[in-house]
Amino acid sequence: MTTLPEKTERKLGLVIDLDTCVGCHACVISCKGWNTENYGAPLSDTDAYGSDPSGTFLNRVHSYEVQPSQGEAQLIHFPKSCLHCEDAPCVTVCPTGASYKRVEDGIVLVNESDCIGCGLCAWACPYGAREMDAVEKVMKKCTLCVDRIYNENLPEEDREPACVRTCPAGARHFGDFADPESNVSKLTAERGGMDLMPEQGTKPVNKYLPPRPKDTLSEGAGDIDILAPYLEPVAQEATGFLGWLDKTLEKL
Amino acid sequence: MHPAPSVIFFTVFSGIGFGLLTFLGLGYPAVTGWSAFAFFVIAYLCAVGGLISSTFHLGHPERAMKAFTQWRSSWLSREGVCAVVALIVMALYGAGLVFFGQRWGILGFIGAIFSLLTVFTTSMIYTQLKTIPRWNSPLTPAMFLSFSLAGGALLAGQVTWAMALIAISGVIQVVLWMQGDGALKSSGTTLATATGLGTNGSVRAFEPPHTGTNYLLKEFAYVVGRKHSMKLRAISFVLMVVVPVLLLALPFSHWIALVAVVSYIAGTLASRWLFFAEAEHVVGLYYGKR
Repeated sequence: MTTLPEKTERKLGLVIDLDTCVGCHACVISCKGWNTENYGAPLSDTDAYGSDPSGTFLNRVHSYEVQPSQGEAQLIHFPKSCLHCEDAPCVTVCPTGASYKRVEDGIVLVNESDCIGCGLCAWACPYGAREMDAVEKVMKKCTLCVDRIYNENLPEEDREPACVRTCPAGARHFGDFADPESNVSKLTAERGGMDLMPEQGTKPVNKYLPPRPKDTLSEGAGDIDILAPYLEPVAQEATGFLGWLDKTLEKL
Repeated sequence: MHPAPSVIFFTVFSGIGFGLLTFLGLGYPAVTGWSAFAFFVIAYLCAVGGLISSTFHLGHPERAMKAFTQWRSSWLSREGVCAVVALIVMALYGAGLVFFGQRWGILGFIGAIFSLLTVFTTSMIYTQLKTIPRWNSPLTPAMFLSFSLAGGALLAGQVTWAMALIAISGVIQVVLWMQGDGALKSSGTTLATATGLGTNGSVRAFEPPHTGTNYLLKEFAYVVGRKHSMKLRAISFVLMVVVPVLLLALPFSHWIALVAVVSYIAGTLASRWLFFAEAEHVVGLYYGKR
């Protein structure tokens, strides 16, 4: 069971748009909520109201600063969850067969009743997508909301991962990468969707859309110049007492 | 990486135990009866004690039997299978020596092979991880095997073998340390490749995803001070290589041998602590920790 399938019928995954993400962490909270209340062991918190709070999350949002060689630095919000890799190293290291990649849709899952909590799969994952739950002592990871996407008890618009459903910016997209006509395949092709750590050889299914370059002031100059003269400082040089102080201090 | 005491004890003692079983299986020393019994008790205490200690870091040790099922793909599973085969075969071989005064050479040979395979599979659990460039090297199995055989030779009282193997393991250890210091850099994994943002400029971790700590930081972002790591390497090398080799060069006495063994084990424990504490997992990059 812990050998990887040669090929999966579908390749379900996410496109995460780094250009659109505003870093609100709504996906983090909705993920924690859904996955605590539904399938599998709940995602625990320890010392939640104390001095050393810690907890299990399947999705976390980092923030990075990118400083180009010229121009302003850009702040990028960076959501990170399981990438459901085609060549998932977390699956093959599992000694019990608890970790597996589904043939039908490529989702990487953990059978929690088989997990011995050795932690080796988390060691093998370069992305930090797996976290051992401190209370349940089993490995937790993103299920791509497998209990939502096929759930006929939910209204149709809710049959997508909780993080995608909740994102107010529309920065997360869910679909089948094996279908070249799917929304996620098209987005990836149009916007140059990229792999994280391609050199690790994991062949991640999830793709990240790179941020577009920021507008620069000079490009939008036409709009700004009309008001700009009125905004310039009126007094360029200090006068009166401050002027005297300035000159005196200069001389010292 | 977090240096978990249970895993440090397990790898060191089971390594030495299986090393001793390898020598016993090959007939060094050629003992029978009660003296064979003493040797086998020491070997089993080390090997089985190590294996039991390894279950302490499991979240659900009651499900440990399931770990024997995935030997086709998992080095951890293969380790379990090899360890059980080695221990059963060597128990039969040992029973022949202790109770019947017979040396069933074939059994001993098979047991020795599986003892070495156990140490090799243990080392491959670490070596296979591309996420930890320091371990992802052929020198890692070489280090585990040479430590195990050196410790085994020491306990088996094979003075010449022990001196040679300790010297070899010392050389491998030093090369592994030197190579390991540049391993993360030469792996090519950086914050730029981790985020894919490197093409736009230089990337810096600005704000972590959470204010507190988490499993990932506790398990993977352990940092040992560079200054201390150099001191510990020196201490480990002296205890593990210099002291035992000098003591073994003296005229043989059981007391001197005992001091050599204690020194070797202490040095190996320090080295194994460093093996974990110095290992940099690439997930630390996402947190700006590398």
